Amino acid sequence: MLLIPCPWCGPRSQIEFTYGGDATVRRPALDASEDEWFRCVYVRDNPMGPHDEWWTHSAGCRQWFVVRRDTRTHEILGSTAPGAAMPQADR
Amino acid sequence: MLEKGWLGGGNTGRNTTIVRSNYHLDPNAHFYELSLKLWERLSQELNFNVMYSARGVLNLVHSPADMDAAMRRGNAMRLNGIDAKFMTRDEIAQWIPNLDCSADARFPIHGGLLQPRGGTVRHDAVAWGYARAADTLGVDIIQQCAVTGIRTEGGAIAGVETTQGFIATPKLGLAVAGHSGHVAAMAGLKLPIESHVLQAMVSEPVKPVLDTVVTSGAVHFYISQSDKGELVMGGDLDFYNSYAQRGNLPIIEHVVAACLALFPTFGRLKLMRTWGGIMDMTMDGSPIIGKLPVKGLYMTGGWCYGGFKATPASGFCLAHTIAHDAPHALNAAFTLERFAEGRMIDEKGAGPYAWAH
Amino acid sequence: MTQACRLSTGGIVDRAETLAFEFDGARYEGFAGDTLASALLANGVHLVGRSFKYHRPRGILSAGVDEPNALVQLGRGARTEPNVRATTQELYHGLVASSQNRWPSLIFDVGALNNFASRLIPAGFYYKTFMWPPTPKWWLRYEHLIRHAAGMGRAATHPDPDAYEHQYAHCDVLVIGAGPAGLAAARSAARAGARVMVCDENPMLGGSLLGAAATIDGMDGVAWATGVVAELASQADVTLLLRTTAFGCYDGNLVGLVQRIADHLPAAPEWTPRQRLWKVRARSVVLASGAHERGIAYANNDLPGTMLAGSARTYVGRYAVRPGSRAVVFTNNDDAYATALALQGAGIEVAAIVDPRSGATLDGALPSAAREAGLPIFAKSAIVGAHGTLRVAAVDVVPLAGGSAARFDCDLVAVSGGWNPAVHLHSQARGKLRYDETLATFVPDGSPAPIAPVGAANGDGDLAAALTKGHAVGIAAAKRAGFAGNASLRPPHAAVVRTGAPQALWSVRATDKTAKRFVDWQNDVTVDDIALAAREGYRSVEHLKRYTTLGMGTDQGKVSNIVGLALLAKQLGRPIAEVGTTTFRPPYTPVALGAFPGAHAGTHVEPTRYTAMHDWHVAHGARFVNAGLWKRPHSYPRTGETPDDAAAREARNVRANVGVVDVSTLGKIELQGRDVAELLNRVYINRWDTLAVGRCRYGVMLRDDGIVFDDGTTSRLAPSHYLMTTTTVNAVKVLQHLEMLLQTEWPELEVFVTSVTEQWAAAALSGPAARHVLAKVVDIDVSNDALPFLAVAACRVRTAMGPVPARVLRMSYSGELAYEIHVPAERGRAMWNAVIAAGADFGIMPYGTEAMSTLRIEKGHIVVGAEADGRTTAADLGLSGLVSSAKPCIGSRLLSRPALTAPDRWQLVGLVPRDNAPMPRAAKIVADPDHAAPNPMLGHVTSWCRSPSLDSWIALALVANGRARHGQTLWAVSPLADARVRVQVGPPCFIDPTGERLRG
Repeated sequence: MLLIPCPWCGPRSQIEFTYGGDATVRRPALDASEDEWFRCVYVRDNPMGPHDEWWTHSAGCRQWFVVRRDTRTHEILGSTAPGAAMPQADR
Repeated sequence: MLEKGWLGGGNTGRNTTIVRSNYHLDPNAHFYELSLKLWERLSQELNFNVMYSARGVLNLVHSPADMDAAMRRGNAMRLNGIDAKFMTRDEIAQWIPNLDCSADARFPIHGGLLQPRGGTVRHDAVAWGYARAADTLGVDIIQQCAVTGIRTEGGAIAGVETTQGFIATPKLGLAVAGHSGHVAAMAGLKLPIESHVLQAMVSEPVKPVLDTVVTSGAVHFYISQSDKGELVMGGDLDFYNSYAQRGNLPIIEHVVAACLALFPTFGRLKLMRTWGGIMDMTMDGSPIIGKLPVKGLYMTGGWCYGGFKATPASGFCLAHTIAHDAPHALNAAFTLERFAEGRMIDEKGAGPYAWAH
Repeated sequence: MTQACRLSTGGIVDRAETLAFEFDGARYEGFAGDTLASALLANGVHLVGRSFKYHRPRGILSAGVDEPNALVQLGRGARTEPNVRATTQELYHGLVASSQNRWPSLIFDVGALNNFASRLIPAGFYYKTFMWPPTPKWWLRYEHLIRHAAGMGRAATHPDPDAYEHQYAHCDVLVIGAGPAGLAAARSAARAGARVMVCDENPMLGGSLLGAAATIDGMDGVAWATGVVAELASQADVTLLLRTTAFGCYDGNLVGLVQRIADHLPAAPEWTPRQRLWKVRARSVVLASGAHERGIAYANNDLPGTMLAGSARTYVGRYAVRPGSRAVVFTNNDDAYATALALQGAGIEVAAIVDPRSGATLDGALPSAAREAGLPIFAKSAIVGAHGTLRVAAVDVVPLAGGSAARFDCDLVAVSGGWNPAVHLHSQARGKLRYDETLATFVPDGSPAPIAPVGAANGDGDLAAALTKGHAVGIAAAKRAGFAGNASLRPPHAAVVRTGAPQALWSVRATDKTAKRFVDWQNDVTVDDIALAAREGYRSVEHLKRYTTLGMGTDQGKVSNIVGLALLAKQLGRPIAEVGTTTFRPPYTPVALGAFPGAHAGTHVEPTRYTAMHDWHVAHGARFVNAGLWKRPHSYPRTGETPDDAAAREARNVRANVGVVDVSTLGKIELQGRDVAELLNRVYINRWDTLAVGRCRYGVMLRDDGIVFDDGTTSRLAPSHYLMTTTTVNAVKVLQHLEMLLQTEWPELEVFVTSVTEQWAAAALSGPAARHVLAKVVDIDVSNDALPFLAVAACRVRTAMGPVPARVLRMSYSGELAYEIHVPAERGRAMWNAVIAAGADFGIMPYGTEAMSTLRIEKGHIVVGAEADGRTTAADLGLSGLVSSAKPCIGSRLLSRPALTAPDRWQLVGLVPRDNAPMPRAAKIVADPDHAAPNPMLGHVTSWCRSPSLDSWIALALVANGRARHGQTLWAVSPLADARVRVQVGPPCFIDPTGERLRG
C-alpha cells in the first residue's frame, strides 16, 4: 500500500492519511468572480502521469501537504509542505 | 469504432455486473429505466445471450434515517413507474438465510428496498453481443488502435490521429470512461472528472448461496453470486486518483470485512481474484452524455462506478445525440454545462468532490 | 491392506505417527507429514473428483498449489470448507473430506451425462442458447438449473468460529520461497547483517530439494537445506515463516502474506488464530517462488493416474508413495527423466519414456542416466491418446514422423510440457515478461527494483545457477539496505548438469476427432475450444480466457494458461510473444475471506463509539440506534410501551415539564487565536465579528459550491477562544475543512483548531422547568437576566464526585427553554446523575433521538441529512435571513448560478394532513395521486412525526415554490405503503413561531 512521505513524520502507510484531491487547484478570493470559483470547484486536469495532490496526516500530525505521485504507476515522486517547492522523494 | 486495447477490456470487462434503475432523481430514474427496459430485450435483439438475470437488487437499511432515505427513493421510483418494494427485516431474513439479521449486529438490518427487476447481466457477453451486431450492420471495429490526437479545423472536429494512422471524420463520439479527461484534453477541453481506481473481487466458485444482489450503504458494499458460483463483491473507491487499474490492500480488507459482517457464514470461503478499473468520477456523481463545446464532438462518460447498467441507454442516447446533433429527452439533463448552471444531479448529496460519489 | 501403495522406506514422513482419516465415507490411514493427496495415493485412491462441466472422472494431477482436480470439501459443521486442495492440505488425525461436484457418488455420477452431450456444450455454448422463450423469466429458470450444476464445494451454514489476526512487519530483505535459490539468498543477506524474513508455503523449508536427489556443497540437498535453516533460525534478525504464502505485492513494496497457523490441525488451539495476515514492508524483495510444471494436451489426458512428472517424483521422493505400478513418462524436457529414474528406483516399472526430441537434445546428463539404467526411450514420439475409464489403463505412442501407434499398458502417466516460472508477484509489481524461445516459457524481463526474481522463478531451473544467483541476489538486496556483504562468503555449490534444450510441444493431434485434449482441467477447456474461440473472433488472449473460461478456476491457470495462449498463437499464426499473457492479479493462491478483516470481524467491523453516559442509558432501558459510528438512545421504552409510544411520552414531557437528552456526540471544535472571528466570517454565512464574549450563535456553513454543508452553534468563551459545535455526522469533515483552509488557503490567519468531541460530554436540558433544574446543579446565577437566550457561561456542576467544571450554553433545539451543559467526558456520568436527581421534583425524564426529532420538527429546525440533504441552499431552507450581505463566505459566489436562484426551487414548508390522517413515511408530494406514471413530483417530506403538542401528524417538506403555496392542498403519497393523504401547506413551524418559550 502507498507509503506516503509526510514531510514532518516521515514515510507512513496510506491508512494514516486522508486524500484531498488536486493540489494545483487553489481557491480564489472569496469575492472573486463566479467563473474563477467555478473553475476551482469543478474543472480538473486529471493528469495521466505526475499528479500534485493534497494529503493530510489525519491519524498523525494532522498537517496538509502536497504529494507528487504518478497516477499511472502510483510511484511517489516527492512531497512538500504547502507553498514550498517539491523536493525529490527518498529512494 | 476505435478501441485502444482489446474489445471490452476497459470497465466493461471489470465491473460487478449489476443492473438496476433504482434512482431517486428524475433524470437518473428515467434514463436508467430505459436502460433496464432495453436490457430485458437485449439478448433477443443481439441474438447473443447476455444473461439478464432479474434476480432483484436489495438495498439494506441499517437505521431509521437510512430507511427514510430508501423509502423516499422507492416512492419516487414508483411514482416514476419503476418497480420498488419495501421488505421488512423478517422478510429479508427468510429470503436470504445467510444474512445476519440479528438485532445485535454492528449495523443491524432494519429492512430493505428491493427492485425486483434489477439484477445482473453477463458483462463480457454485452461487449461481444453488441460488437457482433454492430459488425453485422457494417461498423468497422478496430482494436489495438489508440487515439493520440484530435484534429480540429475552424473549431470543428476534422479527425483523429491514432496509433494506426489518421482517420478523418466530422463527428467524433467519446465513450472512454476513465480516460475521458485524457482524450478530451486532445480537443483542448477540461472536464469536471477525476479518474479513480475501484477494485472488485471474486471468491472461489461454490454451490448457490445467494440468489439476489445485496447492497449496503452503511458498510459501502455490494455482492452477488455469478452463475459459475463465484461471489462477486465490491465497495468503495481506493480514494486517490489513478489510471493504474489496480489498488491496494486496505480497501480489500474493508470490503471483505463488510461482506463477513453481513454474511458471517462466508468466512471460510476463499478470495480467488482481485482487480481494478478506472472510474470517471464527476463532481455530482451523474454522467455527462451529450455535446461537448467543440462542433462535432460528443461524449458519454462520467459514469463514476455505475456505467455498466447504463450501457444500452447510454449507447442509444449518444447515438441519437450524434445523429441529430442534439440530445434525446433522456440525456438532455446530463450536459457538461449543468455544473456552471448550478443544475447538479447529485443522488447522494455529497457535493463537488469526485471521490465522494 | 492399509497403505498398499506406500514405499517401505524413504520419504519425509513420520512412520511412527499414523493418522486416521476419512474420504467419501471410507476410512484410511496415512502418516504425519502426508498431504491428503499423498495419503490417498498411498492407499491407492486415484479418483478424487469430477470435472466442472463434463463431470469426467479426475485424479490427482500435481503435488502443490497448482492442483486443478483434487478439490475436496474439508470438515463438517461450522468449519467446513469447500474447494480445499488435497495436494496442499496437511493430513491430521480425524480429517474428514469428501469429493465435490458429483451426485450421487464419485464412481457413479449422474452429471457424467454432460460428457455425452459434450458436442452441444463446448466453450461459450451458453452465449448462443437459452434465449427462447424470450422473456427474463425463462432465463431465470435456465439460470436456476445452471447455478445448481455450477459452483464446486459448499459454503458453511454457520458462522466461521475461528479468529484471524493481522501483523505488520518491516524488514530489509523479504525472501519469498525457501527452495535452493531462496535459501542461498536468505543466507547471504543474513550474513551481511540485514533483517531478513523468509516465507514459504510449505510446512518445511527446502522447496524443490524436498524429496529430490541433489548434492550441494558435497552433502545431500535436504541436509544442506536443514543446515541453512538452522543457521537462519539462530539469528535474531531473521524471521522464518512456514506455511506462509506471499499472495500479493502492492504499492510501496508492501507484500501481503497469509500464514496458516492451524490449518494442519483439527482445530485452532485456544487463544490461537487460525490464520495470520502479515503486511510486510520490505526494502528489497527476493522472489524465489519456483516454477510450475505444465502439461501436454493429448486425447484423454485427464484420466486419473495422469500426473505432472515433477509431482509424480515428489510423491515418490517426499511422501514415499507409489503412484502406480507401471508408468509411461511423456516429456519434452530433461527434468522428467529424473522422474523416470525415481520411479524405477521405487520399484515402479517404466514402460516407456516418450520424447518428441531427438539427437543432440537427448544428450543431457539425465537422459544419459536413463539410458544407462536401461529405461526404454522413444525419441521423436508423442502420446496420441490415453485409454481407461476411472483410471488410465494404456496409452498410444506414435512416431512424430508418421507411422502406426504402439500401445503401452500403464496405470500412471507422468507428463511434462515444460516449466513456467512463477512470475505472479513480479507481474503484480508491474514487472514485465518476455517469451524465451529457448526455454519455451515466459520469464521476467528486468526486475522492477526492488524486486529480484531468482532461481526457477527467473528461468534458472538449473540447481547450480539457482544457488549462485540466489547468493548474489541476497548480497545485492542486503546492500540496498546499507549492509555491505561479506565478500569472502562463497556461494553454495552444486555440479552443473549438462542439459538438452526443451522442445515446445503444446498439443498432440488426436486420431479420434471426438476425443478431448484438455488444456484447463478444472474448467474443462480443450484444444478444440481454443480453436473454436479463435475461429469465432476471440483472438486476444483476454478474450480467449473469458470466452472459454481458460484459467478462471481456483488454480487461476497455473498449469494451463501458457499452453492455452501458445495454442492460440498457433491458431492465429502469430508469435507467442505477441499473444502475451493475461494479467496476473492477487491473490497468488486463494486466501480465506476471514483473513482479510482480521480482528475487525463481527461487531468490530467498525469501531463503536459510546458516550460517557452510555451505561446509564443501558441501565434505564434505552433502545439504541446507530448515528454514524455512535450508539445513541432512540427512546427509553417502559414496560408495555412501544419505542414510538415512549418517544411521544418523552416529547410531551419536555413541553410540559423538563427532559434531558445526551448530546455528547455533537462535534465540538475549539478555536483559539487572534483571527477566529475572521475565520468564522469566512466559513459561515452569517457574521461573527459582532459576537460578544459570553454569547453563542447559530451558524450555517456552505460547501464550496454554495450548498448547505453543516450547521451548529459557535460560542465565544473568551476574546480569542471559541467553541464550535457541528452535527454528529459531519464532525470529522468540518474539522478537516477548517484545518485545510487554515493550512493551505489562509495561512495568514492566526487560528488554532482542535477537536474536543470526545473530551467533553454534553446534555441538553429542555422544558419550562429547565431553569429550576439547572439552578439546583450549577453554582452561577441562571436567571433570565444573568443567563439570557444565547448566553454562554463557565461554571461548576455539583455532582456526587464534587464540583465539576462546566460550560453552559443557553440555546434551544427543542423550542423550549433549554440549556446545553458541557463537562469533561470523564465527569459526564456524574453530571447526568446530578441533573436527573435535581430534576426529580420537576418530572424530569430522559429523552432520546426520536423525541428530540419530534420536538425539533414541531419547531421547524432543519437537520443536516434530512432538510439539508446536500442539494439545498440556505434560501431553500428559509435561512436567507441569516446570510450576511456584508461579507462573502465559502460558497457564496457560486450561489448566484442560475439554477440555484430559480423561482421554482424546492423550498422548506410545513405540512399538516387533512382530517388528522397519519402521514405516510418518506412521502413524495404530488398534485394528483392518480396521475399515470411518471407522476410529476412537486417535492418530498424530509421529516415527519406525530406531534404530541398538536395531537396530529406534521411534516417538514421541500416543495417546488413552496413559500408561494401556503394554504394550498396537495397530496403526500407513499406507493410503497400504498398510502396517500391530503396535506395543507403552511410555514415550517408548528409551535411558538415567535420564540417566546425559548427566550423566557
